[in-house]
Amino acid sequence: MAVTAAKPFDWVKAAPWLYAVGLFAVWEGAVRLFALPLYILPAPSAIMGAIIQYWPAIWKNSLQTLYTTLVGFGLAVAGGLALGLLVGWSRFIYAGLYPLMIGFNAIPKVAVVPILVIWFGIGSVPAILTAFLIAFFPIVVNVATGLATIEPEMEDVLRALGARKWDIMVKVGIPRSMPYFFGSLKVAITLAFVGSVVSETIAANSGLGHMMLAAQSQFNVPLVFAGLMMLAVEGIIMYALMAWLEMRMTGWAHRSGHAR
Amino acid sequence: MSRPLVSIENVDLRYGGEGGTLAVSGLSLAVEKGEFVAVVGPSGCGKSTLMKLVTGLNMPSAGQVSVADEPVTKPVSIVGMAFQNPTMLPWRTTLDNILLPLEIVERHRVRLRAFKADYIAKAETLLATVGLKGFGAKFPWQLSGGMQQRANLCRALIHEPELLMLDEPFGALDAFTREELWCVIRDLHQDSAATGHPVTIVLVTHDLREAVFLADRIFVMSARPGRIIETKTVPFQRPRALDVMYTPEFNGIVHDLRALIAEARVQPAEAV
Repeated sequence: MAVTAAKPFDWVKAAPWLYAVGLFAVWEGAVRLFALPLYILPAPSAIMGAIIQYWPAIWKNSLQTLYTTLVGFGLAVAGGLALGLLVGWSRFIYAGLYPLMIGFNAIPKVAVVPILVIWFGIGSVPAILTAFLIAFFPIVVNVATGLATIEPEMEDVLRALGARKWDIMVKVGIPRSMPYFFGSLKVAITLAFVGSVVSETIAANSGLGHMMLAAQSQFNVPLVFAGLMMLAVEGIIMYALMAWLEMRMTGWAHRSGHAR
Repeated sequence: MSRPLVSIENVDLRYGGEGGTLAVSGLSLAVEKGEFVAVVGPSGCGKSTLMKLVTGLNMPSAGQVSVADEPVTKPVSIVGMAFQNPTMLPWRTTLDNILLPLEIVERHRVRLRAFKADYIAKAETLLATVGLKGFGAKFPWQLSGGMQQRANLCRALIHEPELLMLDEPFGALDAFTREELWCVIRDLHQDSAATGHPVTIVLVTHDLREAVFLADRIFVMSARPGRIIETKTVPFQRPRALDVMYTPEFNGIVHDLRALIAEARVQPAEAV
């Protein structure tokens, strides 16, 4: 190992890069070793070539997908937070709405896209709404869970002081559910990408989903993989952003890094 | 001393409506102002139910509960509570946790903004009293279990309650920390009497030595449905030193209590 005593190499920090490079190296090697044709599995070098060759189109479609995903995600955050607080507020609302939401969540969103297209036509709106529908559920469930798991002793202490339901919610329930909420954003953002791309592959004039579908019909497999690669990159960036936001907003819940 | 501060008369409490479990039955007791009483009994005897009745969190199914000459019909805000679980809010500093009751209690919440500095000074004084001077800015999870429980006591006391209800507050602590906190609570009680605003303390506990060391009177409860089967007066003079626990009289009382509870465990009290 090339380590000096003064500054040891941080293997853990380097691990994500090492593993990614390793994956691509193995992939490249396997494709060359077995001489796989381009239309079955293109090597990373071929994908990179496609990305460079088609960059203007890829860039434009990536932005479109990012746009529909983020708008859908934003709606899901607003709606999920509001409904989560409502559901966590009262047992009556919880009991009534929860089964409905589970049923709704069980519906494959692919099946909803044609309906959305009938209502709103082909374009950005169905993609935004699909992203919203799929990202909405984890946020509601997590916020409601945070509210529902207030320690009974805490509630007793405050109620004995004359606290109203509203006081308990504002002072304890909502701050308490924030780590759950920010945690759920990481799940929701990746799901939002799934939603928008699914919709784009079914009915859209632009976006990475649409681009990959078009590339596939022309047997341009490197371009299909280039689209997948861009989705992965966008997904990782947004996930990292949400993880950073989570640390920023609810550092108290991740105490190991902060203590003393 | 005129009327007792807390009086429970012939109270029944049944959880879960008709046909539910009867938690306490024919429960009667009275606590004088400024008194320190302990409630002991076999587990599941309704000690925590007693807490909820007095604080107005649960209403009796029959009988009457009065606090400060008023029948309890809603939560009583002259009460401070502390449980075995300190339930500090992890996103607030210790000081802000202690100030939390002031944001709730009606007569304080309107004044809190204007007199913030006064209230903070008061919280700092309380922290110093329980031996946590200078720890206000720490987050609760940076404190040890014993320190959290001290902060919990401060939170229960910040709004100057006339009645302090403690539900096994020292149960989860190690033996040495527990003894230290016994002395803290003993001194709090003592000092409040000296200032002319005596605080009345009701301590629910499993620890018989704790009960005998701290309390003026000890109520022994029967197994469920709970009622008081014996009231013991503790004869020791105040202030009491920890050494009192090693006297034969002390052990005699503990031994008697133990026998009573062992008996109560075997044969649940017959309905009265």
